[in-house]
Amino acid sequence: MEPVLALLTGIFLAVAVYLLLSKSIIRMLLGVAILGNAVNLLLFTSGRILREVPPVIGAGLDVPAGATANPLPQALILTAIVISFSFFAFLLVLSWRAYSSLGTDNTDAMRVAEPDDVQPPPLGY
Amino acid sequence: MAVSSSPADLSAALVLQPVAALDWLVILPVAWCLAIGAILLMIRHKGAAQPLVAIAALAVLVALDSALLWHVVQSGPVTMVMGRWLPPFGIAFTVDLTGALFALTSAVVALVGAVAAIDDVNAGGRRYGFYPFLMLLMAGVSGAFLTGDVFNLYVWFEVLLISSFGLLVLGSEREQIDGAVKYGFLNLVATTLFLITTGYLYGIFGTLNMADIARKAPGLQSVAPLVTLTALYTLAFAMKAAAFPVNFWLPASYHTPRIVVSALFAGLLTKVGIYALIRIGVMLFPAEREQLGQVLAIVAALTMITGSLGALAQTDTRRLLGYLVISGIGAMLAGIAIGGPDAISGVIFYAVHSMLVMTALYLAAGLAARLGGGFSLGSAGGLYRHHLLFTALSLMLFFSVSGLPPFSGFWPKVMLVKAAINGDASWLAAILLLSGFLTMIATGRVFLLAYWRPAEAQPAAAAEPLAITALLPVLALTALSILIGLFPETLLNLAQQAASTLAEPSAYLHSVFPAGGAP
Repeated sequence: MEPVLALLTGIFLAVAVYLLLSKSIIRMLLGVAILGNAVNLLLFTSGRILREVPPVIGAGLDVPAGATANPLPQALILTAIVISFSFFAFLLVLSWRAYSSLGTDNTDAMRVAEPDDVQPPPLGY
Repeated sequence: MAVSSSPADLSAALVLQPVAALDWLVILPVAWCLAIGAILLMIRHKGAAQPLVAIAALAVLVALDSALLWHVVQSGPVTMVMGRWLPPFGIAFTVDLTGALFALTSAVVALVGAVAAIDDVNAGGRRYGFYPFLMLLMAGVSGAFLTGDVFNLYVWFEVLLISSFGLLVLGSEREQIDGAVKYGFLNLVATTLFLITTGYLYGIFGTLNMADIARKAPGLQSVAPLVTLTALYTLAFAMKAAAFPVNFWLPASYHTPRIVVSALFAGLLTKVGIYALIRIGVMLFPAEREQLGQVLAIVAALTMITGSLGALAQTDTRRLLGYLVISGIGAMLAGIAIGGPDAISGVIFYAVHSMLVMTALYLAAGLAARLGGGFSLGSAGGLYRHHLLFTALSLMLFFSVSGLPPFSGFWPKVMLVKAAINGDASWLAAILLLSGFLTMIATGRVFLLAYWRPAEAQPAAAAEPLAITALLPVLALTALSILIGLFPETLLNLAQQAASTLAEPSAYLHSVFPAGGAP
């Protein structure tokens, strides 16, 4: 099972990097979304795929009855999902604002903060 | 299914003795910032009350961090575990001297920033939450310095990142939106790389507790790709710290927000990256960092040179300062590349100096722009004539950032140069000095053009004396810089102790695993 998931993670990461290298912000946003999922899969796989048994201790027991799935990667992924979702939401709104106030979604054309035609500092006075 | 008859043995899983009263200091800075941030969010419509509450709260934070530093100096690293679960199962907050020192300095910077924001952040900025964001940023920064768990470090990185987004776009000007797009995407990639590496780390070690990793790492060197892991961490943290090939988000964004926000970012954010690099590279994977030493040294040299050359090329003083931040990061990276307690104590000293002085420089640039007509070196001028005290303070800060005595920038530079020469890296020492020289030229030119040159047309406000709240932050930080420059002994000792604790983390391990229990 792990090799399949590792392969899938690799494909996700490749797609995410390809999209992030684009100049269009919408594609970059899609890249961010896929990147988040790639990382979640990676965390899941690195916690080892053991059993399809939920890590729940039955009533009246102190330890689980048999081997269970590793609960820690699930907790990590849950945290990562929340964080990547909030980041994605923020970047989505930011991109919309950038498009409406800068009039472009091409990152090459966004030169407001770093204009091309700056004078070099004076050499003397 | 057998139902257990005997009560469970809790001592195998839980810390049973109550937390000592002083140990609560470990978690208090974070909890305090979060609570005050939430309260400020609730009273966000009361514009007049916001700065008072925030400044009082940050003064308390400085007191808390001072008490924590004192406690750590007295009794060594302190650990507190969430939910009383025994480490490595519970999330541990472990504070050693390095973390406490960084936390205290960041609290001082935030307090000064909050005072400076009284003048700089207008009613709109307050309503849109400058002070709540500042408190949440401090929660993230303090958490990153105090935690003892790698995944938890990632979470605090995200907390401070999302707060910094909020501060960066405060005002929603076109430049800010532009800068925030670049800052946002590139920093997101950096933290995601951090998370990817943490996934690999968990896959290899099966634990995320730093102390647990530090004691297991030597045994895994031959069987696990730890150098790859360290290289990935180095890339992620170098991106956060703005090291040369991956730092283009910093000059694109740091000059866009309000000057107080720039000052806070310059003081706090990149140094968290340096701190994480110290923690991972020096404490957890020292042998692997040594293998990467040559790469790190080249990156450090390029960061220093491109940073100071970039500063020479800028007309906008804020952008110039952004490049000086980068050049300082290069100096700290050089120390990490050399390794060894001497170099690392230099890095810690340099980080403390850089946090204070870079913040002061940005605040001074803001004041200079207000008094002398803008941030552009092409048009500014005439400060020397009307504002002698402010000019003197600025000149001291310029000397300090260039590493001249008797200011705080001098000692860490001496330590780093000495460590570089002793560590057979004389070329790195030469680059350290060259970068200091170029910084001197860049800041000297700012002084010449913006301060000394007579103004062409005197702005009406120029002759008015400065309000004390406007000058006080720069004055306080400059005084600290002089104080550290004249009496470096205390900080020097602390930095050396901190570096030796990092190099030989047995006290740190003992604090997390008092019984020295089996892994």
